[in-house]
Amino acid sequence: MRFTKDHEWVAVEGDVATVGITAYAAEQLGDVVFVEVPEVGKTVKQGDGLAVVESVKAASDVYAPVSGEVVEANAALGDAPETVNATPETGGWFAKLKLSNPSEVEALMDRDAYEAFLSTL
Amino acid sequence: MRYLPLTPEDRAEMLGVIGVDSIDALFVDVPVSAQRSGTVDLPLHAGELEVEREMATLAKRNRAAGEGPFFCGAGAYRHHVPATVDHIIQRSEFLTSYTPYQPEIAQGTLQVLFEFQTQVAALTGMEVANASLYDGSTAAAEAVMMATRVTRRNKAVMSGGVHPHYVETVETLAHAAGVATHRLAVAIDAEDAVIAAIDADTACVVVQTPNVFGTATDVTRIAAAAQAAGALLIVVTTEVVSLGLLKSPGEMGADIVVAEGQSIGNGLNFGGPYVGLFACKEKYIRQAPGRLCGETVDADGRRGFVLTLSTREQHIRRDKATSNICTNSGLCALAFSIHMSLLGEVGLRRLAAINHEKARALRDALAGVPGVEILTPRFFNEFAVRLPGNAADMVETLAAHGIIAGVPFSRLDAKAGLDDVLLVAATETNLDIDITFFSKVLAKVIAQ
Amino acid sequence: MSMNSVGRPTRPETANDAAGAHDTLTGARGLLQDEALIFELGGWDKTGVDLPGASAPADDLGGLLRSAPIGLPGLSEPETVRHYVRLSQKNHAIDLALYPLGSCTMKHNPRLNEKMARLPGFSDIHPLQPQSTVQGALQLMDRLAHWLKTLTGMPAVALTPKAGAHGEMCGMLAIRAAHEANGQGHRKTVLAPTSAHGTNPATAAFVGYTVVEIAQTDDGRVDMADLASKLGDHVAAIMVTNPNTCGLFERDIVEIARLTHAAGAYFYCDGANFNAIVGRVRPGDLGVDAMHINLHKTFSTPHGGGGPGAGPVVLSQALAPFAPTPWLVHGDDGFSLVEHAGEVGAETAFGRLSAFHGQMGMYVRAYAYMLSHGADGLRQVAEDAVLNANYLKARLSDVMSPAFPDGPCMHEALFDDSWLEGTGVTTLDFAKAMIDEGFHPMTMYFPLVVHGAMLIEPTETESLQELDRFVEALRALAGAAKAGDVDRFRGAPFHAPMRRLDETLAARKPRLRWKPVAEAPRAAE
Repeated sequence: MRFTKDHEWVAVEGDVATVGITAYAAEQLGDVVFVEVPEVGKTVKQGDGLAVVESVKAASDVYAPVSGEVVEANAALGDAPETVNATPETGGWFAKLKLSNPSEVEALMDRDAYEAFLSTL
Repeated sequence: MRYLPLTPEDRAEMLGVIGVDSIDALFVDVPVSAQRSGTVDLPLHAGELEVEREMATLAKRNRAAGEGPFFCGAGAYRHHVPATVDHIIQRSEFLTSYTPYQPEIAQGTLQVLFEFQTQVAALTGMEVANASLYDGSTAAAEAVMMATRVTRRNKAVMSGGVHPHYVETVETLAHAAGVATHRLAVAIDAEDAVIAAIDADTACVVVQTPNVFGTATDVTRIAAAAQAAGALLIVVTTEVVSLGLLKSPGEMGADIVVAEGQSIGNGLNFGGPYVGLFACKEKYIRQAPGRLCGETVDADGRRGFVLTLSTREQHIRRDKATSNICTNSGLCALAFSIHMSLLGEVGLRRLAAINHEKARALRDALAGVPGVEILTPRFFNEFAVRLPGNAADMVETLAAHGIIAGVPFSRLDAKAGLDDVLLVAATETNLDIDITFFSKVLAKVIAQ
Repeated sequence: MSMNSVGRPTRPETANDAAGAHDTLTGARGLLQDEALIFELGGWDKTGVDLPGASAPADDLGGLLRSAPIGLPGLSEPETVRHYVRLSQKNHAIDLALYPLGSCTMKHNPRLNEKMARLPGFSDIHPLQPQSTVQGALQLMDRLAHWLKTLTGMPAVALTPKAGAHGEMCGMLAIRAAHEANGQGHRKTVLAPTSAHGTNPATAAFVGYTVVEIAQTDDGRVDMADLASKLGDHVAAIMVTNPNTCGLFERDIVEIARLTHAAGAYFYCDGANFNAIVGRVRPGDLGVDAMHINLHKTFSTPHGGGGPGAGPVVLSQALAPFAPTPWLVHGDDGFSLVEHAGEVGAETAFGRLSAFHGQMGMYVRAYAYMLSHGADGLRQVAEDAVLNANYLKARLSDVMSPAFPDGPCMHEALFDDSWLEGTGVTTLDFAKAMIDEGFHPMTMYFPLVVHGAMLIEPTETESLQELDRFVEALRALAGAAKAGDVDRFRGAPFHAPMRRLDETLAARKPRLRWKPVAEAPRAAE
């Protein structure tokens, strides 16, 4: 699993990357009440807006940690947005992207680097 | 001064606590060039007696609707509001309370909004409704913007029966936001002409029923055609009492319904404040503008109500909000809700039936006047007539006879070539003798 | 003596009654009762209005008769009164206590205004009846316009916007129209400070502009260097609130206007805080091009639980030609409205903001307020508003942390939450505890530029006694927070009609209307 400074995570299997937000982010946001997941087929560049996470009092943009095409969005979040709080780094995934530039993944932080980054905040 | 509690002693004491010599020290940040000593060039303060005198003088220069025969409609309608309504809305806790952002001490307002939303949804035949917008016309504009968000298309088609002032309001906002509008030619009975104008770019079609000429239309076919093309049907109603007798827009397939709620609970007030009703299909609710009140529980497990889905709104979403709207029409929505609670379905149906009866009587009386042609085929409490002459001039002449005869269509749209068309409305407040008097005087005026 | 031994206890006997030890059997608590929804009272066949049944079966509805049940219950008049009076008792209101909501200007709502608005000559006139029959109404609008123009030092005013946000839209659309008329339609950016009220960027975006933020200095004002660097040929306007949302007067306002104009842009001023300067300072003297005035703030029209408002916009000479219809004109034979853009008298109007002429009901109330106060009273309003806010700031600054301690504030005092550090109490918790002490919380978490912001605006209609009562309550709460009495805050409010509500549940499972077969909402997991 790799991480961004904006608290997105990405887990790659073959050429498909699953994306979500980290436990730290989910904790900071408070109760997640709604997730606006991207449409299947949408193409994103690294850093583009991918999704929006809503708590009661705020809406936070989630950025694509890698470039690619959305091949699946987590429909289960529609009925159960609380999944993001309960299991942010597994069941609370937002979207799966078919990677267009797999080398982008290497440049992201690994878990140790991300934890170190969190301790500076 | 009766509204200012501080005494000179208070002020001196407070300045001492703050640690400054005079009030001017607190205005030190104002540029010297902009500081004004003395008072602006306006009258000095006045007691209640003097204020009442001036206001009464101004009020007397207006001919109130209740002073004689009165037949104006065209988007605002004179109905009788039970005495209870005005008493309740003047209670301190309703009149002087704020937006219910602290729900623990605003359950009065919040429960009313929940009831209001339910009443509006039931009335319009839709799944959900919001806590009100400013008025029917701005609600129509908001509905068009919402349709562009939902469909991701950029054009609104408006029928030729939509109130011209509503069309202007929609166009003003839509064009500013880069949304194209296609307005069909003014027509008394052609709401479904919009069907032919739907294309791949159409976000919504906007039709009004009863329309500005009073024509009631079955919009079921229009709904089907719009939805088949991936567009939304927005239905506009300017006289909500009609929903006590006519099929609801929801029953006929509308995606969004906007209405002017003024007829229930709120007087004419020369055009405002009014109350915009906004209802839509539940699947679109996250794109809807305005406040929403929802049910929940408190820490003790008791049912309560809160403002919800706030991330749509400006105070959270700022430049990505569904609208810039900050207020709703709180007190007017309360008045609407109280009046609707008093009426109930039974009362609303009766009220609507009486309105329709009065309008039929008016139609029969005017149809009997030589030279007058009834133009509206199907109506609720308002219809259009063609006069043998300029309608606006005839209205002035009739006003000199003490009759407020209706609204000349040229007042709404001077370019439609309908200068001889008059819009007339009758409600439960019209007396039969007034209807007779109107037709008699009209006959005399025409004969001259 | 003749002994009358019908004694009975005349003082309470219970000394240590624990809260909640005597829960009532029905859930009512003395005067406060729970009230069901009208839909739960079962009046489906009831009506509280005496109307005769319909006699004519024939109709001209073209087959569109509504046959299916609508779903609207009715109540008799006594039941209606009970229902709404019981609900009203669950609301806090200005009439009950000081309402310290910053930027809302919760001043007293004079009852004379209500009486005047209900005169039939104002309330029972139709917007489209012949203009010759409503000369008094048009004259009142003209006089209101005169007061607004004179107070602000501006040459023109658009009366029709129905609220402050609507007024912002009006001002921005006038600016856009002016640019287009001058061949400057390429300007697509609007600048607004980070402290701006949400309606500012929302309005700008809603009417097609891109919003860029201007930074703030450490003393809470617009960063002039940042502003200068962001102005350019692509900027249509700036939107600045003055006094700003931190409760401070923008000292460099004249220079802000000058820079903006030099860059070919217009200056939109958010007039929400006009109460601080009314009668003492004229925005027209500061270089403002358009400013909305919230009649429901500065001019006392009631908040009504969320509306209706009214937001007339004063306009400079440059923007006046683009004001929306209707335009009120005064000719030889009286007043008239020019109602359509492009007509003689309103050739360059940018369009129409709503169907009729604006919020007449609020004009009557605001005008009665203006007549009552007069030029001298209005000046006193601003002075007392500023005095009251500075008094609160002075009396609270040793226990709470002012965000901008140096120098006076205007009509509102801004605090941050640094004074709560280490207490385990947040701004939100503190606010909820205020409810138990009888006060509506101040504006919280706004402006966004200050951490845990608490914005307090008393207004001028508070007596010294009420101000001191407020101060004592806050000082006591501050002391309790610092002494570690965390439970008082975390679970607050305990004494309001309702405890804290589950807003997460409301947003996750929206239930926006009553439905016939209701399931009890599940508690949040």
